[in-house]
Amino acid sequence: MPTNAVVTDIKQVTIRFSGDSGDGMQLSGTLFSTLSAIFGNEIATFPDFPAEIRAPQGSLHGVSGFQVRIGAKDVYNSGDKTDVLVAMNPAALKVNAPYLKKGSIVLFDTDSFQKKDMDKALFKTQDPFEELNLQDIQPIGVAITSMTKSSLEDSGLENKEMLRCKNMFALGIVCWLFNRPLEIADKLLEQKFAKRPKIVVANIKALTDGYNYGNNIHLTASTYRIEPIEATKGFYTDVNGNTATAYGLIAAAEKAGLQLFLGSYPITPATDILQELAKRKDFGVKALQMEDEIAGITSSIGAAFAGSLAATSTSGPGLALKSEALGLAVMTELPLVVIDVQRSGPSTGMPTKSEQTDLNQALYGRNGESPLVVMAAASPIDCFESAYAASKIALEHMTPVILLTDGYIANGSSAWKIPDMKEYPDINPHFVQTHFNGDAGEWKPFMRDEDTLVRYWGVPGTPSYMHRIGGLEKDLLTGVISSNPENHQRMVNIRKQKIDNIANFIPEQEVLGDPDADTLIVGWGGTHGHLLETMLRLRDNGKKVAYAHFRYISPLPANSHELLKRYKKIIVAEQNNGQFANYLNGQFADLNNICKYNKVEGQPFKVSDMVEAFTQMMEGK
Amino acid sequence: MEATEIKYQKYLAKDYKSENAVRWCPGCGDYAILTCLHKALAELNVDPHNTAVISGIGCSSRLPYYMNTYGFHSIHGRAAAIATGVKVANPALSVWVATGDGDSLAIGGNHFIHAVRRNVDINILLFNNKIYGLTKGQYSPTSSRGFVSKSSPYGTVEDPFHPAELCFGARGTFFARAIDVDMKTQVDVMVEAARHKGTSVVEVLQNCVIFNDGIHNKISDRNWKADNTITLRHGEKMLFGKENDKGLVLEGWNLKAVTIGEEGYTLEDVLVHDATSKDNTLQMKLALMDTTNELPVALGVIRSVEAPTYEKDYEQQIEEVQQKNPKRSFTDFLLSSSNVWEVK
Ligand SMILES: Cc1ncc(C[n+]2csc(CCOP(=O)(O)OP(=O)(O)O)c2C)c(N)n1
Ligand code: SF4
Repeated sequence: MPTNAVVTDIKQVTIRFSGDSGDGMQLSGTLFSTLSAIFGNEIATFPDFPAEIRAPQGSLHGVSGFQVRIGAKDVYNSGDKTDVLVAMNPAALKVNAPYLKKGSIVLFDTDSFQKKDMDKALFKTQDPFEELNLQDIQPIGVAITSMTKSSLEDSGLENKEMLRCKNMFALGIVCWLFNRPLEIADKLLEQKFAKRPKIVVANIKALTDGYNYGNNIHLTASTYRIEPIEATKGFYTDVNGNTATAYGLIAAAEKAGLQLFLGSYPITPATDILQELAKRKDFGVKALQMEDEIAGITSSIGAAFAGSLAATSTSGPGLALKSEALGLAVMTELPLVVIDVQRSGPSTGMPTKSEQTDLNQALYGRNGESPLVVMAAASPIDCFESAYAASKIALEHMTPVILLTDGYIANGSSAWKIPDMKEYPDINPHFVQTHFNGDAGEWKPFMRDEDTLVRYWGVPGTPSYMHRIGGLEKDLLTGVISSNPENHQRMVNIRKQKIDNIANFIPEQEVLGDPDADTLIVGWGGTHGHLLETMLRLRDNGKKVAYAHFRYISPLPANSHELLKRYKKIIVAEQNNGQFANYLNGQFADLNNICKYNKVEGQPFKVSDMVEAFTQMMEGK
Repeated sequence: MEATEIKYQKYLAKDYKSENAVRWCPGCGDYAILTCLHKALAELNVDPHNTAVISGIGCSSRLPYYMNTYGFHSIHGRAAAIATGVKVANPALSVWVATGDGDSLAIGGNHFIHAVRRNVDINILLFNNKIYGLTKGQYSPTSSRGFVSKSSPYGTVEDPFHPAELCFGARGTFFARAIDVDMKTQVDVMVEAARHKGTSVVEVLQNCVIFNDGIHNKISDRNWKADNTITLRHGEKMLFGKENDKGLVLEGWNLKAVTIGEEGYTLEDVLVHDATSKDNTLQMKLALMDTTNELPVALGVIRSVEAPTYEKDYEQQIEEVQQKNPKRSFTDFLLSSSNVWEVK
């Protein structure tokens, strides 16, 4: 630690690593967030990928960013604007300029701020800061490229490999700036490149030299300290939403004593779920990459028929392809978990950007009256909880469950206290052998538990329960094909009632904030962190306000109506044109006080925007 | 000896019959296929409760309802993918797919070829009536060019698929063909299909009495059948004809039907069928024979080649991975993963 430098204590800071998609910014960002979490800070991350895998070097559309917000506590989202920007080239500076806070530090690589680099980023002058009107910032130019090269002169690496360590040099400077001990970073690098010792050594050298450089020349007037928090005791790891989703399924399968089966087809941003589960053969997971989304879901339906905890993962366009098969799962009343990692649409839209625009598709995107369970996860960690809860509902209520996550929480990560599975509720699949009271001879495949209306799961391989199911309407009692009009009406009612009943098995909706507030903010899914912070800031501003975040959408928690009726004003905020707001209105016709806040930009909400907009709404505008 | 005898008699064809009334049109070829499946299962002696019959949509796809086994009548075209899930989830099951030419080769073409390519151990019974039955008479992907139907009133302007060619193109390991009226061959090939480890495709030329009556007459009619078909048996000479005096020989790269004793051809010249040859060139030629080229249509098991099956290899990978990694709980797994830190 430099003793003569001024160390400023701060509560939270948002840092964005940004550069060419080949510059390794995702790695710098992940390492920094992980080491901060290990150090004892709260973290929230936002990887922002370009649509192209390798856009032309230095071009504006090739800029790849990784934003991380760290703090002692109360880090609910990845932050609106940045305090520190690492810009590896002029394009990165240009793309991120609108997100710079006043007074923020911009660390840039002077070696790649030459004329040709300015040209590629379509600057007209040689002074990008001036051209972008960036007066209120502290630019810090460092010759990152050339210093990395000289740092690694004797490493025995080729030129190209040396240059690849630029990101570590930059990370080293950032670590100095924030007083991060390098030992944690060294360990992470050793794990990351375990099979390539030479690369480990080079990366650690570049990192250390970057740190020392910052230290020696005192790059800024002060460095920053964010005190580690006193977190709950236990073991922690950091996890992103997609991994957490995969883990939630594994945990549920273990609890239910079933094999986990995933039929899937790669699609951004859901692919990681397939990839994570494909690795988990140690848990006996069967993760099949099928020929398309339809085969993904139908193979899973087959596995559900055969007695597995079956799941399928996809994103918007894939869910569209799955809709016919989803109807089959509804009709045959088989347990199935469908994960939709929402991305920007319609059609193929903006694959690497995030939205909440698939709610209507999840609720209504099927032929016929086709009710099923719809849930939404709130944060990377909540993906675990939600996937577990979705599996439990599917298996115990014999129904498909659509779990909505989104690109923002799927790729974003936070520190996660490793769960003790003993504390999680049991999962009891509704097997006919264990749940049906009568004789096998009396059993029919569409007999139901009287209270819950759940039918029994008879799995091929079980003697005495042979039966046929299918997508055709069937007789209420015998399960034989029937197109009798009254019977169809009754089956339509029963299928709906069965889903509605699930409201009795899910937690009541909670409200945060002021108990005597007139205004309720309502949200669902991956916007939770932003809405929570917005609510807290409104309260800091002296407003009385409450906040309800919905994880269960269909059915809604049993107390939803009574709860919503308590407020004079309801602000429903979502990244779509009002799908949840309209749904609430459809469910509860007497709610005539809903204000909508909608932004569909493919970017996370901005807390500052919402504080302003909600304040206006609350003041009756 | 006695024990095996008893086991052999454990099930009769009727044990596989469900109580549901069969609802195909009177005279439909599907009845015969159903009966043959009952018989084949009895011969195979598989437990009805260990049998799953999966179908798509179409007349043929109603078959699972008529089986006293586990059954799944699903959605159009997707039976092969569902069956893949069933078999991979529980490899101990005997899994059958009942499907039509429209179901498997039009809407379900993708799933069909990929199931075959993966070599999942399922048995696909492909009912080929060269028409869409359930939707009342539109041409199918196997209808010949120029075929007139309700949706092609002026004749089609597209060429048909040959199921065998698709199957071979997807590197299929088993292909057999039978005609609905020929019950013996049907039962035989079904039994062979079930014994084969991997995806078995059994094409049954089936007559739709209502919308495409007589489309297979040239080969199914008893007057012409002997001369217009050949039933292939592995290791036997490729002989056919009423008098069994005709045989297949190679002439250059092509097959030729000859009469023994004519043009100098002797029994020696007649080819011996090898269903197990990995190289499928000759099997492909046999499968594509047709009367318009003055060749008999091949019936029986045309190809049956050993190859690893998908679900077995999948299980083996799991076993290998599990051997290397001691069994542990999910929590223990997380604790041992990288990036774990402790807050004390
Ligand atoms: C998604 C979908 N598209 C179309 C149909 C209508 N459809 C049902 S069966 C069928 C064709 C059946 O023909 P084939 O598979 O040859 O069976 P067959 O009835 O001749 O036995 C069609 C087009 C459907 N059920 N689902
Ligand atoms: S329409 Fe044709 S295929 Fe369908 S049941 Fe009748 S005869 Fe059989």
